[in-house]
Formats: sequence, structure tokens, C-alpha cells
Amino acid sequence: MEHKVIGKSVERWDAIAKVTGRANYTGDIPQKELLYGKICRAKITHGKVKNMDISEALKVPGVIKILTPDDVPEISFPTAGHPYSLDPKFADIADRRILTRNVRLYGDEIAAVIAESELAAEIAASKIKVEYEEYEFYLSPEEALKEGAVEIHEGTKNILAATKAEIGDIDTGFKEADFIVEDVCATPIIQHCQMENQIAYAYKDVDNRWVCVTSTQIPHICRRILGQAFGMPWGRFRVIKPFIGGGFGNKQDVTIEPLVVAMSMAVGGKPVMVDLHREEVFGWTRVRHAISYKVKMGFTKDGVITAADIEATSNNGAYASHGHAIVAKGGGITTAIYKIPNFRYRAKTVYTNTAAAGAMRGYGVPQITYALETFMNKVSIQTGIDQFELREKNLTKVNEENPLLHMVQHTMSLRECFAKGKEIFKWDDKRKSIDKDKNTASDYVRGLGMAAFAYTSGAYPKTMEIGGCRLILNQDGSIKLMVGATEIGQGADTVFSQMVADTIGIPFEWVIADAYTDTDIAPFDTGAYASRQTFVSGMAVKKAAVELKEKILQAAYDFSKIGNKVPIEDLDIVDGNIIQKHNGQILETLGDLALKTYYDLHSGSCLTADVSNKCTKNAYPYGVTLTEVEVDKKTGKVEVLSILNVHDSGKIINPLLASGQVEGGMAQGLGYGLAEELKYDEKTGKPLNNNLLDYKMPTFMDVPDLDVAFVEIEDPVGPYGNKSLGEPPLCSPAPALRNAIIDALGIYVKDIPVTPQKIIEALSENREV
Amino acid sequence: MLKTINCTVNGRAMELQVDVRESLLDMLRNRLHLTGTKQGCGVGECGACAVLIDGETLDSCIYLAVWADGKDIVSIEGLTGADGSLSDLQQNFVDKGAVQCGFCTPGFVVSATALLEKNPNPSKDEIRRGLSGNLCRCTGYQKILDAVESTADQRRNK
Ligand code: FES
Ligand code: FES
Repeated sequence: MEHKVIGKSVERWDAIAKVTGRANYTGDIPQKELLYGKICRAKITHGKVKNMDISEALKVPGVIKILTPDDVPEISFPTAGHPYSLDPKFADIADRRILTRNVRLYGDEIAAVIAESELAAEIAASKIKVEYEEYEFYLSPEEALKEGAVEIHEGTKNILAATKAEIGDIDTGFKEADFIVEDVCATPIIQHCQMENQIAYAYKDVDNRWVCVTSTQIPHICRRILGQAFGMPWGRFRVIKPFIGGGFGNKQDVTIEPLVVAMSMAVGGKPVMVDLHREEVFGWTRVRHAISYKVKMGFTKDGVITAADIEATSNNGAYASHGHAIVAKGGGITTAIYKIPNFRYRAKTVYTNTAAAGAMRGYGVPQITYALETFMNKVSIQTGIDQFELREKNLTKVNEENPLLHMVQHTMSLRECFAKGKEIFKWDDKRKSIDKDKNTASDYVRGLGMAAFAYTSGAYPKTMEIGGCRLILNQDGSIKLMVGATEIGQGADTVFSQMVADTIGIPFEWVIADAYTDTDIAPFDTGAYASRQTFVSGMAVKKAAVELKEKILQAAYDFSKIGNKVPIEDLDIVDGNIIQKHNGQILETLGDLALKTYYDLHSGSCLTADVSNKCTKNAYPYGVTLTEVEVDKKTGKVEVLSILNVHDSGKIINPLLASGQVEGGMAQGLGYGLAEELKYDEKTGKPLNNNLLDYKMPTFMDVPDLDVAFVEIEDPVGPYGNKSLGEPPLCSPAPALRNAIIDALGIYVKDIPVTPQKIIEALSENREV
Repeated sequence: MLKTINCTVNGRAMELQVDVRESLLDMLRNRLHLTGTKQGCGVGECGACAVLIDGETLDSCIYLAVWADGKDIVSIEGLTGADGSLSDLQQNFVDKGAVQCGFCTPGFVVSATALLEKNPNPSKDEIRRGLSGNLCRCTGYQKILDAVESTADQRRNK
């Protein structure tokens, strides 16, 4: 199909507001008589609050009220940004209270101060005296699972969940193997570092309902969770999301919202704001699960997989949040990329006393991709089979059902991605040049690495998928777009506007988007996660656009004079004009027609389309990272000489926005592979580097030129042939970088982040690959 | 304790009462409602709060409002034309796709404005070093680099 707006790099509608500083984020909206809230955080890592004395804190000038666990509902609620489950068996674990007496991590939320200024609230929070009963604490799954460990959540033995998925029979599979390879690896706890910290305020509205304005990826889910946290009908709450300064999954969880509402309730509905410090966001919102893997695979002598056995142990931290879903996803992702006739995937999620791990861009896939792709690298080295070839021998087949995700894979494009990647990257030339230099003695050594990935588009059939879109034809022919999907910086609103313009036949500029998602106004949609929006919400947008176009053409037909009537099948809309298809003649402008639909004395109506659409499909995007590094053997410093991501995300709706998504993901993948790790003090359980100085997220100087390419194979199920793109880019850079480093050094480095320290250690021990 | 200061903000001379503990960032955002300047950390690590003070880029979160006495302050709002028109650099941020969530953007525009002022022909490495005090988690910096390079190119060829 020919497109006029889809596939074009139109300028994002909000770019000018953002470069001029006029885009209003939650903290930028003026509020009359605003009060400020601060959280009083536990100073131990595991235990119970025995006693709390707030008398000194109350004396601080400007303090209005202090909330303790006695002042908030005794209701446990879930926080994950998952759709509600009608089946209680699959409901998210409800293990949070607004404030807690049970301290499960250092910094747990035990009281809260409301004051006239942030400073007063902060001072008062520090003056609350707390007596604790202390327990032993656990920073790793191994410690939390040892005999006699104190339970972080009663009755759990510190295991949140343990599952096993099987295909075929692994014993038979291993018997059929000519050789067997085993490996272990581990990934670190990392943090999202979205530039806007969590911030929210709440107040009682004129209709006596509770409004929460918050920087969230999931407004509609947030409203439901507020209902659950207070045991009140969900309709009593209204959630509004203004412009949002990034999320990456950190805001796909409810964190401070129930607390700000409780604070406002405590002061008669006056507005109260909580604006977390960066240190709090790092330490006490959400982090990425650290997962360790044991991988064992059997191969025929030609390198074809006969069996695989993967055991994954995931550190969930102190609260369930997204819980087991993240490590569990690894099984189906493994079978989405490689054909494994006999497979066992065992996963265990363990509570520890570190920050609650939740959703983060990639949702468990960067972890499993690290395990798989470093493993395949090892197999390639041991067998001498070329990296790309080894993978190609084992890729899944088109139109077969993924046995663990229970969805047919309509495409498998990694061969195309590899070919395009090798060509653009000049892989073979680089290989030759590096091999030529191999024997010259130098402290600087170069190496090449690659890693592939598969992903999904949305969460169906794991959870239900729904998108909503409402379109209104304005008097001048412009169209107001309303979606429940959430713009968080990725450009979703711009892409939806392109879909509407393209489908109806109007210029892009005629579509009116807005930054706000308001649960009272926006159609129901579960929000920004699972790289679902252009795919799932895009289906609703397309349906609404098709419906509105039909209504417009019907109106054009109805309003045209008898005798002058063009058959409706011969009508179309092009560039905002109603035209006659067979000769392209313009009959009237869409604006002229719209005016009649509004104001004709006898007939017509304001034309709208309002669609809520369940998506019962999924599509698999794929991609590969190729990279060249140079390692300084004296210092262990790694320089990334070049890095390329090639993606198949189906039809690309907006190439400029798409390459921006990929570059951002690549930089995050680079940080994941080489530098980032949230560390804890073994002695106290305190986070050690919960700030942007000591936590090494990539700066401008750490990121080299990023190369991006797309293999655009239109997907048969995506609304416009498109598949997901938001999360995939960060799945493969880390293993590709690690593979390049060991290619350069010829020694074995196991875990990310591959820091200079780890490289020097590996070199001094001369670890064999 | 309040203190009176005199300074110029975005070209307008003003007299202001500020708390001696108050940061310039808070003064701009809370007293003058210039909310284009953002806070990403409050302790000088991210650059989201960058403003120009007598032409130098500084993190306004760690600069006391009282120090602004006698100074010329320019925030993101002051870089946009009075008629709302964009500077060539802002336009390049738009055209090159250097904006995603936009939270870091005002800080980057401010820092890059000063960078190009001082060094009209920066190399890639000089741009990277010059803007390394500003963090961005969305873009991977690539398109910000493109926007700054294009601006320098266009100015050279004018
Ligand atoms: S807010 Fe000033 S440097 Fe981060
Ligand atoms: S655009 Fe989001 S932090 Fe830079």
C-alpha cells in the first residue's frame, strides 16, 4: 500500500514546546496552597518498627501533619503496571502498604511528613525517632535461600515463585548430542535513570473525587491501583499524566501515588506534592532484576542444538512488583530465537532485602539475551563454527508456533539482519584487519563481537491487550486524536497522528494530539510498556481512522445534491480534499464538508469514532548488534570503536523517531555491558552508589557514534506492517560488547558490567575461554 | 532569612527577595515561574538545570540565588526569540530529532549555546567533552551531536 505520511520522518508535534522549555511536566504546573510531603525512611535493612516518636518532628515550624502506618489503610495492594486479572490465580501479588512497620529494605517507607515547605518536611522527617527490632538481611538470592533464613514476607521461604517449562525430553536430547557445552553468567542490578524523578501531587476535586497528577507510564492502571490501595470504588479517583521526563519501566509501577493521595486526604483535600530526590529514585523505586544463569546445551557435530537446559535465579528485591513475569519471559524468548527440540527452562524468583525489581526496558530479555548470546559465542569459539553460521543453523522457522509463548511466528528475519549488518559494518574486512594485527605485540588489542535477539510486541497472550482511540472531526477538517496510550518521550503520539493522517487522507499537521493523559477523558488503554503501543494501540487508532473515514465519505455522499451524486465507492479523501477516485477531481475540501456536518439545519452530526479494541495477536521483532572494541591491557579500559544495531521491526512508521529509539537503547545497552551496577554495602545493606555521580550511566563522552539500520519486512499482523521497537535496542549490545572484549583478549570474562577491574582480574588469572 | 538581590534575568533587570538558602534553580522556577529549567538531581550531576551566568554555563541547582546578585542570568526561556522564534540551535534540535522526553533538552540547549559561542568550530570530541556535564537517558546523545554539528556547519556556511 502506498503511504503519504507513514514511513516519513515528520517532526514530533511536541518538539518545539520541548526545545523552548514550554512543555509542562508534573513539577511545572502551578498549584495554589501547595503542601509538600517527605518520606521518613527506615535506617535498618530488615526488621520491624517497634516504636516511633514523632513529638520532636511535630515541633518543626511549618509541619502540618505526620502520617505513620496507623494513619493509613491497613490494606495490601499490588503495584505492577499489569492489567487487572479476573482470575485471582494470576493476580499480581499484593504485598505493599502505603506505609509499613515491616522493614524489608534499607530506606523502606515507615512514615511521612506534610509541611508548608520541602525543607521543613525534610527536617521533620529526620527528627522522627524510631526503635527497631532488627533481623539478619540478605542481599543475594543465595543468602535469602539459605537454611533458616528469616522470611522477608511471611510464609514465602523467600521464594516469590518457581516455575518449570518443558518441551520434548532433555535427557533424550542430550543423548543425541555429539557434544555438550555448559556455562554460567550473572547480570547486575541496574537502574533506569530517567531524567525526571518520580513526582506526583494529589488533591480533592470540586466533585469530591481524588485527583492524582503524576509522572506515570500507566494512568489507567494507576487509577485502578489507587482504588485497590484505599478499598474504594475505582471511579472515585482520577489520574492525570502531563509531559513526562522518561520512564523506561520505572514508572510502569505505582510508587508514590497512593501516598500522595493519603497525604491529601489527611489535610482535607489540599494539594500535596511528593518530589523524590534522585537518591530515593535509585534506592527505593524500582530497579532491573539481577539474574544468574546456568546454561547447558547439547549439539550435533554440525552445531545444531539437540537439547537445552537453562536454570535462572532472579533477585526480586524486597517487594513483588512485576515479580516472576520477568525471569519467566526468558523461556519463551529462547524458543523465539532458537529452535530447541528438547528444552527445559527452570526459573526461580527470590525475595531479598535490596530495592524492589520491576519493569525495565527489555523486561527480562536483556538478561536472557546476555546468557544466550555469550553462550553461543563460547560454542562458536569451541567448535570453530562461525558466529553467524552457528546461529543461522538454529534459528526458528517461519509460521511455526512458539511452544512457550503460544503464538505463531510469522516472520524470522535474522538472516536478513545478519547479512545487512555484516555488509554495513564491513565485518569481514574488520575481521581480516584484526587477525593480521593479532601477532604484533601491543597493549592495545582489538576484537569483534555480535549478539542477536528476539522480542515480542505487547503482552498477549500472557495478559489481555486493549487499546482505545477516539477521533473527532473538527469544523475545519482537522481531527482531534485522543488515546489512552501514554506518550513518555518515545514519540507515540506523533506516530499515532501519522497513522490517522495516512489512513484518513489528511496532512499530518491536521491531527491534534496532546501531552496529557487523563483517565476521565482518555479512552481506556493500559499504557506504555511491553513495546505495545504502535502495535496494540495502533490497531485501535487504525480502526477508529477507518471508521471515521467511512463516516466522512458517507456524509460527503449524503450532502451532495441529487443529480450530482458521485457513487460512494468512487469517493476518497486525499490531502484533506474529498475527491472523485477515477479522475482525481476535487469535489470539496474536508473543512467545507465538516462545516456542513456540524451546522446543517436538518441533518448531519459532529462526526466521531470511538474504538476500544482487544488485540489478540503478537509479532516478533528481531535484531543484531555488531561491535568492534579496543582494550587497553594495562588499564583494562575498553573503547568502543564502532557499534551497529540492525533491527527488523516491520514497517517503520517514522524513521527519525525510530533511529532515535534505537540509539537511546544502544547507549543504555552500552552502559549495561560496560559500566552500570547499583551496589550495596555488605555490612549495612545500604545502597552505595545511588546517585548519578557514583552510578556510571553513560555520559556524552562514553558513547561513540551509534549506527542504526533497519530491515523493513512488513509484518502480516501489525496494523501497518509494524512490530515493536521501543525495548528491543538494548537487548543485544551488552553481550555483543562482552563477546568483542573476549575476542580481543582471548581470555574469559564472565559477567557484566565488564569493568576495567574485571578485565584486569581476568588477565591476571589468564582465564581460558 | 531573606535578602534582596538585583540581577538581570533573560534581559530584564529585577530586584528580588530571596532566601539565603535558596538555589538559583528554585528562584527561577518558584519565584519567577521560569519552569523551563529542570531539576534532575539537585546536586550538580545531571545538567538539567543548566543556565548561563554572565555567559558561563552553570548548574543552577548548586548556585545560590544570593550569588546571582549583580549577575546576568539567561535561562532556556531567554534563548527563544521574543516572538517565540527558535534559535538556529533549537531548530536543529527539532530537525535532527534530538528531542525525546525533552527533560534534558533545555539544559542541553543552554550548554550547547555557550559551547558554540566559545568554540564555533568544535570537533566531535570537543562537543562530547563540552556537553559531558549534561546527561540524557533517551537519545544516546547521537542526535544531539548531530544538532550541534549542523548548527556549527550552517553558521560557517552563512
Ligand atoms: S539538577 Fe542541577 S545538575 Fe542536576
Ligand atoms: S530526551 Fe529524555 S533525557 Fe534527554
